[in-house]
Amino acid sequence: MNTPATVPTALEKRARAVLASAAAPDARVAAQEFVAQVSRDAAFQLEACVRCGQCADACHFYLVTRDPRYTPVYKLRPMLRAYQRERAPFAAVKGWLGLPPAEVTAAELAEWSELVYDGCNLCGRCTLACPMGIDIAGLVRRAREGMSAAGFAPADLYKAAERALDSGSPIGVGWPTLKRQIEIQEQETGLDIPVDVEGADYLVILSSIEIAAFPETIGALARIFRQAKLSWTLPSAGFEATNIGVQIGSRDVAAALLARIVDAAERLKVKYVISPECGHAYSALRWEGPNLLGRPYPFKVVHIVELLDQLAREGRLRTRGKDGRRLAFHDPCQLVRRGGITAAPRRVMRGVSERPVDMPSSGEANFCCGGGGGVSAIRRAEKLRFAAFECKKQQVETAGAEALVTACANCRNVLEDAIDDYHMALPVLGLTELVAQYLEPVAAKASP
Amino acid sequence: MDLLEFARGPALWFSLFVLVAGSAWRLIAIFRLGTKADLAEPRSTRRLAGALRGIFVRMIPRKEFRRGGKLGVYAGYFYHLGLAAIVFGYLPHILFVERLTGLAWPPLPETLVYLAVGPAIIGLLMVLMERLTDPVLHLLSGLDDYFSWFVVFLPLLTGMAAVSGSYPQPTLNGAPLYPLPLAIHLLSVELLFLWLPFGKLAHAFLVFMSRGVTGVALARKGAAL
Repeated sequence: MNTPATVPTALEKRARAVLASAAAPDARVAAQEFVAQVSRDAAFQLEACVRCGQCADACHFYLVTRDPRYTPVYKLRPMLRAYQRERAPFAAVKGWLGLPPAEVTAAELAEWSELVYDGCNLCGRCTLACPMGIDIAGLVRRAREGMSAAGFAPADLYKAAERALDSGSPIGVGWPTLKRQIEIQEQETGLDIPVDVEGADYLVILSSIEIAAFPETIGALARIFRQAKLSWTLPSAGFEATNIGVQIGSRDVAAALLARIVDAAERLKVKYVISPECGHAYSALRWEGPNLLGRPYPFKVVHIVELLDQLAREGRLRTRGKDGRRLAFHDPCQLVRRGGITAAPRRVMRGVSERPVDMPSSGEANFCCGGGGGVSAIRRAEKLRFAAFECKKQQVETAGAEALVTACANCRNVLEDAIDDYHMALPVLGLTELVAQYLEPVAAKASP
Repeated sequence: MDLLEFARGPALWFSLFVLVAGSAWRLIAIFRLGTKADLAEPRSTRRLAGALRGIFVRMIPRKEFRRGGKLGVYAGYFYHLGLAAIVFGYLPHILFVERLTGLAWPPLPETLVYLAVGPAIIGLLMVLMERLTDPVLHLLSGLDDYFSWFVVFLPLLTGMAAVSGSYPQPTLNGAPLYPLPLAIHLLSVELLFLWLPFGKLAHAFLVFMSRGVTGVALARKGAAL
């Protein structure tokens, strides 16, 4: 079971209460949550803005539309105003003088819903560019808490969150589907794929996109772990790595979904949980998770790319041959810019690529695929998402890449969609699968 | 009490009081908001190094963001460096600070200070023009932005008037400057002091806090600063 317990936990109840807000949007609730989100660090950042506009030139949504409303810091305006009205250092004085900033309104928040969700991937390129050091993407993530709690998030994200709470997956992928894919991969690889093995070292979780669209990843992992002689397992419950809660911006939804993974890891007494090829899943599990649950984990979180890199450097991952195409690595924002894993994927890719090429601004300043931060799940945002891909397209063409490699199934899906929309011919490969493709063959057992 | 006495006396002390008390209030009020401890296992525990790196790295834009950006990226250097040379390098300013605090330091050559006025004024005019004409900056800007610009620009103008050759004895070699322009210059600086804690000019100190906390957060993850 990847689904909630029959009796909903307190976390699940709170999560469902957030989703119920979609039926009756309330600007006052949004304002209260905006204010609650402004901690000391967030306040220092909000107060330091000098309105220089440099963040606009870092944002692909602004660069392709030239619509100033997509300026990253402008997306924070309702949250900033609520904070200035209620809690900023001179809010009380302004109140006494009869000069408080206006209250945020429902009409305003309905307009900002498009800016905060459709027009922001939480990719953090603006954060990197801000001369004041304001973590704009982190603040947009906080602003989404107010938007989602008050019913102003896009309907598609509320629906996806409901599906995730109901079935365990935002696209409705349950255990029967994963079980079937495991069986297919066992047939294709001739390997046993362990499920619910208590005491295994590594717990592997997956994203729904991998299970539904790229199931070969499961077989690739089995082959890699066999060569590296790792003790590992998949869980039959709590296998979904994606977390729609961090995308819609609800800590309650995020915590409820995350708790299922943590339950599985604790039940199976693993030492490590491997975050799969999914950027935001890594961010949710590795960086937000312990804070969402209010306690440190009794296990370590490792991204699959970190593990591949470690195994290769220890000589436990041996490959033979290389891909001859000009391969460029597309950096998933949550993994690289926001997650601190920059060098590892390139090292791993170079191990199996004869002609690796770098796109302009590759690494930390790379452009997002356009679908991060939940944007790929918002149907009304599709046109804007494809428009934003123009920035990535220019990078790809400048590098002369013949194929892209990435370490995020959502990036891969979004890139394939956009490539199709632009009538380009450019394969997008998953790094784990690419490595598995070039694994040194296992020597046949000697006959007795 | 004439205008110069007023500017050098009660107006100065009142504006300094507002500057210090207002800035302290703003900082303390933000500190009091508090923050939760981050429970995620850090990649780096070197918090101070992260904060300092965050503060210094952002002084120069990354190469990816240097081209095609706002004029302000460069104009900002002109007026910040120009103002720094004028405020801290001009002998009369140092003497003024010495009278108040007893602290003094060697001045910059007077010619260099006069040369710094040009980039400062040009830089400030460039950012104002951009703020008025660029769609992004126009959308972001409000009263705080324009008034803050005004209270920075005004002391430059009044200071130039105070040392202008049209007034007798324009240096501090024993003789006072012509009192009216000097009084007006002092009052314009005091207006800046009065406004600084309440508007965006407080970035003079908030920038270190903002860059510092972001530096710590990103360094924890091992992410780029």
